[in-house]
Amino acid sequence: MSANIIDTLDIPATAPPPTSKDLFFALLGLGLIGFGGVLPLAHHMVVEKRRWLSEAEFTDMLGLCQFLPGGNIINLAVAIGMRFRGATGAIAALVGLIAAPSAIVVCLGIMYSRFDSPELRHMFAGMAAAAAGLLLATALKIAMPIRKKPLAIFIACLFFIAVAILRLPLLPTMLVLIPFSIAVTWKFSA
Amino acid sequence: MISTLISLAVIFSQLSLLAFGGGNTILPEMQRQVVEVHQWMSAQDFSAMFALAQAAPGPNMMVVTLVGWHVAGWQGLLVTSIAKFGPSSVVTALALHAWERIKHKPWRSRVQAGLVPMTVGLVAASAALIAHASDREWILLAITLVGAWVVFKTKLHPLWVLAAGALIGLSGVGQS
Repeated sequence: MSANIIDTLDIPATAPPPTSKDLFFALLGLGLIGFGGVLPLAHHMVVEKRRWLSEAEFTDMLGLCQFLPGGNIINLAVAIGMRFRGATGAIAALVGLIAAPSAIVVCLGIMYSRFDSPELRHMFAGMAAAAAGLLLATALKIAMPIRKKPLAIFIACLFFIAVAILRLPLLPTMLVLIPFSIAVTWKFSA
Repeated sequence: MISTLISLAVIFSQLSLLAFGGGNTILPEMQRQVVEVHQWMSAQDFSAMFALAQAAPGPNMMVVTLVGWHVAGWQGLLVTSIAKFGPSSVVTALALHAWERIKHKPWRSRVQAGLVPMTVGLVAASAALIAHASDREWILLAITLVGAWVVFKTKLHPLWVLAAGALIGLSGVGQS
């Protein structure tokens, strides 16, 4: 990140590296305001507001986080923390991100288990139905890139049947279907 | 109690490492373990907890925390959170350096492309299982389908759909 003479005339692309404390509080704020998808807010905070990463660095890091198992935003917090402050930074960022949402869901959970009335049961049923709708919309959105690929749709159906209808355990299902899926996609994309 | 905590640790650390394509892909396996195998709660309770977690701010897998808390209180919450967020985070931390070397390799993008059909199938399975448990009346099925259509077709914030679902549910229309 050595700036040349021309670059020094402009605002530097990135700010000084954050401390573990910075990471904790920044992610704590993100956890509190991130309703229904933290990613756009994370991008705004990391790239535009705090300038910890450049646009290209953010995209690159997100690519890694999407490739690996785990929630994208969880992985992103760990990766950013790790990059600037090692394991301590990673833990600070991760704990910061999940602390407030954990406290909030437990409060909601206490409400759910303490107060039992027909009205509340009806309300939670309506919310669960809506949440199922959100999942369905997500499935449709990620299915768009493969909508004209019959083989990919066939493999998606195999996963659906194995997991939703036959209720097979996930690990053996993946061990069988992932190599198949990668082999087929590889062969037909070449 | 100890055996419950060990079960939670084993289940959620496995889920942590299998969550390719994000948290929504492991929802069916989580439900299978929590509802069918261990019978810690009913399928309706699981769906309601998932919905509650969606209504809260933060990452979309906070249902994990709620399940841990419901099954074994504060200890359950702690064990489940560490098991769910720990292993995948360690993998991420370790992969950070290797990524520079593998990101431009052709096999990396092909493996990633090969995982897309799996993610689609598993997220669709999550939707079906949550809907199957909660949509016992026509009105609830209608909320699911209209909600999905609205979020898919428009840029409306998902939280509005959750709020609308909660209000229609609260009105009691179509529910016994």
